[in-house]
Amino acid sequence: MILALHDYWSARGCVILQPYDMEMGAGTFHPATTLRALGPDPWNAAFVQPCRRPTDGRYGENPNRLGHYYQYQVILKPSPPDLQDLYLGSLSAIGVDTALHDIRFVEDDWESPTLGAWGLGWEVWCDGMEVTQFTYFQQMGGYDCKPVAGELTYGLERLAMYIQDVDNVYDLAFNDAGVSYGDVFLENERQMSRWNFEVADTDALFDLFRKAAAECENCLDARLPIPAYEQAIKASHVFNTLQARGVISVAERQAYIGRVRDLAKGACGAWMEKNADAWQARFPGWTA
Amino acid sequence: MTVTVDPVPAALLAPAPGERADFLLELRSEEIPARMQDKAREELAHRFRHEMAKAGMPQSDGIDTYATPRRLVLIARGLPGATPAVAEEVKGPKASAPPQALEGFLRKTGLTREQLVERNGVLFAVTEKPGRATADVLAEAIPTVIRAFPWPKSMRWGEASISTEAPRWVRPLHGIVALLGEEVVPIEVAGIASGATTLGHRFHHPGPITIGSAADYVEKLHACDVIVDQDQRRRLIRDGAAALATEAGLELIADEGLVAENAGLTEWPVPLLGRFDAAFLAVPPEVIQLTARVNQKYFVCRDASGALANAFICTANIVAPDSGARIVQGNAKVLAARLADARFFYEQDLKVPLADQAGKLDRIVFHEKLGTVADKVDRVARLARRLVEQGIVTSADPDQAERAARLAKADLVTGMVGEFPELQGLMGGYYAAAQGEDPAVAEAIRDHYKPVGQGDDVPTAPATVAVSLADKLDSIAQFFAVDLKPSGSKDPFALRRSALGVIALVLDNGLRFPLASAMTREVLDFFADRLKVQQREAGVRHDLIDAVFALGGEDDLVRLLARVHALQAFVGTEDGANLLAGYKRAANILKKEGYVPSDVPAQAGTTDRLPDEAALHAALDAAEPRARAAVAAEDFEGAMAALASLRAPIDAFFNTVTVNDPDPAKRESRLALLARVRAAVHAVADFSRIEG
Repeated sequence: MILALHDYWSARGCVILQPYDMEMGAGTFHPATTLRALGPDPWNAAFVQPCRRPTDGRYGENPNRLGHYYQYQVILKPSPPDLQDLYLGSLSAIGVDTALHDIRFVEDDWESPTLGAWGLGWEVWCDGMEVTQFTYFQQMGGYDCKPVAGELTYGLERLAMYIQDVDNVYDLAFNDAGVSYGDVFLENERQMSRWNFEVADTDALFDLFRKAAAECENCLDARLPIPAYEQAIKASHVFNTLQARGVISVAERQAYIGRVRDLAKGACGAWMEKNADAWQARFPGWTA
Repeated sequence: MTVTVDPVPAALLAPAPGERADFLLELRSEEIPARMQDKAREELAHRFRHEMAKAGMPQSDGIDTYATPRRLVLIARGLPGATPAVAEEVKGPKASAPPQALEGFLRKTGLTREQLVERNGVLFAVTEKPGRATADVLAEAIPTVIRAFPWPKSMRWGEASISTEAPRWVRPLHGIVALLGEEVVPIEVAGIASGATTLGHRFHHPGPITIGSAADYVEKLHACDVIVDQDQRRRLIRDGAAALATEAGLELIADEGLVAENAGLTEWPVPLLGRFDAAFLAVPPEVIQLTARVNQKYFVCRDASGALANAFICTANIVAPDSGARIVQGNAKVLAARLADARFFYEQDLKVPLADQAGKLDRIVFHEKLGTVADKVDRVARLARRLVEQGIVTSADPDQAERAARLAKADLVTGMVGEFPELQGLMGGYYAAAQGEDPAVAEAIRDHYKPVGQGDDVPTAPATVAVSLADKLDSIAQFFAVDLKPSGSKDPFALRRSALGVIALVLDNGLRFPLASAMTREVLDFFADRLKVQQREAGVRHDLIDAVFALGGEDDLVRLLARVHALQAFVGTEDGANLLAGYKRAANILKKEGYVPSDVPAQAGTTDRLPDEAALHAALDAAEPRARAAVAAEDFEGAMAALASLRAPIDAFFNTVTVNDPDPAKRESRLALLARVRAAVHAVADFSRIEG
């Protein structure tokens, strides 16, 4: 399925990237999405990104929810006029028959408080199951997207369950030799759920958060947006884990989100600043 | 000089009926959110009308609007071929004015003296502005409507979005059909040129369709599997879902919100019935219904016994070759996963005693100025107990009221309420019952948010009343104390709703509760305002409420309303209306004379009194104690009857007695008598606040 998507999107001009080697909550955090969504340069990319959402862990007991799973991410800037058709074409490419299955575009405005980003779009339903998040980015890191990028985020496990017609994610066939998704990941989910919800040393995590935030500032002082952004991603993930441990109160929660957003915005701002001259040279009249 | 624009009578210039044509506008975009479609239709019609009026276009024979997920449509019927010509009249100098003035006017208007019209000795220049072709008017108006369209949220897209000045629409706009009669009205907006071509159903008929005119639009799209009329789609869903339920021996739980939402998500709606594992019915039915409705937009059904059935109805947007078997199967799978998640929360929550959950409330901030939810719970628990102990809420057990209050907010930290905040209270009730709390306590936890808004059930169970009342009173008092009061349209903490809730609880349960003992003057005034709003619905006059409130000291809502009701009945009678008139006359005289009662009432000898003056004294002697006693006994009809007995003597007094007697002692005595009338009336209500 991943290969079919790679083929499909690479034939449509996307660079095929590899997953970013950091823990993150969504493919949108990949710098190939976040940072590249800014600026006037055309940018088309597709890649798989493993995602970690500690609070979504269910100890391996829920057929549908996972604390660790995979997204397939496509970003197209500027958004092409036939993006919906391109997307539906990709569904056909992985074997979803749109004559037999009910595909729907259901309003879902996307907002990432930790990235200072928002966009309009839909969650795409296939027979009532959300299989893709479809978004036209309007802002990223607090900056207007000029031009707007279209982002497609496929839930790979859900699509695979569909195509293989299984009810439980752990029953997915991982290959044709009898290895299931559960064989590969069930124990991982159990142990990570325990760690995320019960075991993780919260003092150490709070410390980690502070250190990542400090290092982000350090990178910003050195005008290095990419490493600064990496530290923002790190802080964001640590915050998610602290949330799962239930040690962040409602009032504190807003403060932490604000802190992560400031880091991400700082990194995006530094990225804009670093590239502004080159962008203006290539696109006269373009301004941030 | 003034400029007036007089339209030439339309009948003279309107084109012949044969020239009238229908106008079709279709704005085709990517999927418009369902919840925005109704409002968008209204706005489209409204803005179109506005633009037409601005251009001087006579009203069309009617405007129809339609919305589907992919199109917003307007059909204006019977537009004339052109706007009528208008005559513009410019006032010039007087006919008798010096030649220079005339020359100046002729130069300015470019007319000759012979072309001017003289009226009442004044010259006027009349120029005729020709009408404009309707197609031109539309070509100008439609882009204006599109550019200024007030979507709740709009976006930029594509290459043009490199500028923030790019056109905006709710989602990318792809096509404009604009036909006046059979002719395309040329428009270009957002890089899209209008034409006669649209697309059919996204999956059934993706190819282009050419529309001939407004007359065949709906029909042609229907042939391409698009039902343009939202009402027709709604009917198909409503009736189709009900029929499926009946076929399965069940009864559909009607939900118009869901009907509209599904109609907004489909161009060719096909309801389908599926089943879920009956084992999930162990989860509370409200949870299942909410999961199905909110997350999946499914209808649910009742079985013959009235219990929730293990069936759901989803609405597909296609007719599948397998009759939807796979669609149903897929939807059933998703619902099962959702229900599994809900059951997971439910079972996890059941394992934790509510008292333990309540212990976590000190981690949740209620409001930054008002501490944590735990702080609030503590206040509410003490207040609930006090309301019972002081006999304000009767026949409740103070321990139960306090216990319920201490557990009432515990479900806020449960997994289920975290997932579905709208289930707060309800889940606490379920958990409390399952964990062996007294049924009265469980009920109080479940219902303590009630009443939520007008028309909601008002609790009557004593423990519930105590907790509900305490919770609302606490919120109002606390937010007012830190100056977070509702103002204008802003009421972020729903304090108005809380006040209405308090009023409903007090009135419906006949609670004798002196509000002033529990709140500041400011809060009391806030309640008075809410009471007027609440009573307006019941047809009670707000000025009568003011009249009773103005006496001061009346803060018992039950008594206050009894008094207002009696007063309203009284002022509706002839006696009441006349007494009010007499009172006003007396009050006006006192005001005009600046009457201040002297310390030693002037005693003009009683023998000097005129007969009607003496009669009024006697009537007052009888009525005053009667009215006062009746008020004390809360017999307000009796108090009104006592006042009614004054009507005839007051009328007679004004007919035969002159207040402003030349003898100062008599005058003083009569003014004192009028002051006595005023005081007697005020024992019942401040009549000066009564309008009319």
